[in-house]
Amino acid sequence: MENVAFQHSLPALVHEVEQFYFLEADMFDEWRLREWLELLADDVRYFMPMTRNVAHNNRAAQFTRPQQDVAWFDDDKQILVARVEQILSGVHWAEEPLSRISHLVTNVRIHAAEGDTVEAGSRFLIYKNRMQSETDIYVGKRRDVLRRTADGLRIAKRTIWLDQNVLLAKNLTTLF
Amino acid sequence: MPLDLDTLVTDDGLISREIFSSAEVYARERETVFAKSWLFVGHVSQIPNPGDFFLSTTGEDSVILSRDTKGKVHVFLNSCRHRGMRVCRFDEGNTRRFLCPYHGWTYASDGTLLGVPEFTNGYQGVLDKSQWGLIEPPHLFDFHGMIWVNWDPQAQPFLESLGDMAFFLEDFLRMPDGGIGEWEVIGGVMKWPIPANWKWGAENFAGDFYHGISHASVDQIAISPSGELGRHQSDAVKRPMKLINASIAKGGHSARGRLFEDDYPYTSEYGKYAEVDRYFADAYEKRQQRLGPLARLHGAGGTVFPNMSYSNGRYSIAVWNPRGADRTEAWRWYLVPKDAPEAVKDVMRHYAIRYQGPSGMTEQDDLENWNYAHEACHGNVARKLDFNYQLGRETDDSLLAGWNLPHTTVAAGFTEHNQRGFYRHWQSMLSGGQG
Ligand code: FES
Ligand SMILES: [Fe+2]
Repeated sequence: MENVAFQHSLPALVHEVEQFYFLEADMFDEWRLREWLELLADDVRYFMPMTRNVAHNNRAAQFTRPQQDVAWFDDDKQILVARVEQILSGVHWAEEPLSRISHLVTNVRIHAAEGDTVEAGSRFLIYKNRMQSETDIYVGKRRDVLRRTADGLRIAKRTIWLDQNVLLAKNLTTLF
Repeated sequence: MPLDLDTLVTDDGLISREIFSSAEVYARERETVFAKSWLFVGHVSQIPNPGDFFLSTTGEDSVILSRDTKGKVHVFLNSCRHRGMRVCRFDEGNTRRFLCPYHGWTYASDGTLLGVPEFTNGYQGVLDKSQWGLIEPPHLFDFHGMIWVNWDPQAQPFLESLGDMAFFLEDFLRMPDGGIGEWEVIGGVMKWPIPANWKWGAENFAGDFYHGISHASVDQIAISPSGELGRHQSDAVKRPMKLINASIAKGGHSARGRLFEDDYPYTSEYGKYAEVDRYFADAYEKRQQRLGPLARLHGAGGTVFPNMSYSNGRYSIAVWNPRGADRTEAWRWYLVPKDAPEAVKDVMRHYAIRYQGPSGMTEQDDLENWNYAHEACHGNVARKLDFNYQLGRETDDSLLAGWNLPHTTVAAGFTEHNQRGFYRHWQSMLSGGQG
């Protein structure tokens, strides 16, 4: 842990963040996506880079860069709202009928906590099954900046590193 | 039952489902289409400096796009001459040499075999290294920065094979102001699988103005930089026009566009972003002046036969790489004008990636449809039924008359004119015809 000035004890904070992530996972998996939008700060940045195979001495180029390169996601709140409304439209064929999805979140760690801000890391394993036998598995890492508000924690920034080079799924209709 | 090539594609717009699902057709395609066609491998802006390389693919073959230390552009088969190992295992980078990790044969950035371990003791110094360099395709062509190769020694020259399509591809490569300028590929090439034959993507981009319902969900949401409903920024322009479907018999290429009836004043297509909208307004005026009546045609996209598709409004290039009859690996490059202000590049990039690719709100629905339409071809009853490509059989060559496009036929509106042209050419190549 780096630079932590706690208002709470560390175990309490870890517990709080974990519970927040489990609630979020339920919202994803139960398609309560409009509720999920309320967990986002208005200035949220949601970013999932693409991953390159690079030489040992070129590791800095492993991931595409936010607000600069191509990415699987490089969204603000407006785009995330649009994604949610599309999924819930009933005519978004890539999610009509809706898939069966389970988000597992683990390895939660607090990297920093100062004032209203908590930086937390986690791993995810997402299982997605749709139609008859179409199945995708996404495994990777997340790093969030969470902001404490009167209504609870809000996501101010999320970076998602998916452990894949060529994507292994035809579509990324799930949220991470 | 042996394959009857003549019945796969008929003159009255019926096409056998076997062309998508049959392993035999696919095996033949590899030899007659992909081994003989000009294939897109990358853009010069991806390898600006000596020693730069970008790993690409032609058909199922891995290839390296390399700028050698003297600055010359090459394409190599990414396979060691000794036992076939990939000599380049990085998606991009800069190197003076490619070292094979298996036994250590070493190649220069111009493909020359430099070193062989145990050259003196093992080969007694008699291996002729000049004969064992990396394999290069016999033909490479740089079309305004796009690098194309052809593996057929007897291939027609690139421009001959492109024919009338050069007009549409050049139009795609014009800067927004209609001038000639430099494009740069934005960092990161999207690569993802499609559980469907490669031709679904190729024919959709060739001529499918008909599939509006596919995008019903995104069209209810404003994803366009115009801020208005409709997924295209050009949907904001409500002027009389005709949808143009141009099929180029020689080469089998296709282009789509909107042909406006008048020289209308700029209509805001990037209205959500004032600075960006000013850039496009200014570019529009210049384009009108520069191109005159040709400016009334606004390209939408197209397919350079067989598997490279481009999108004008998203400024992107897709390649539908075959991976067997039932699988495609799509690659997509996104371009911005090198000299555009950062704010313009930023808006173009965001718009393109929320529109296209597996996370794009438009293309997700294409991918779902191609996936399950393809799957439905496999049933024993289903596979014997033909597809219907009879939509819009009227052509009207007066639409682009005087545009010096002798091998192009045009149909307006909703039509499968371009798909029919694509498959006619595909069939002629499958039967041994030229690219
Ligand atoms: S396979 Fe490359 S050196 Fe043996
Ligand atoms: Fe589409």
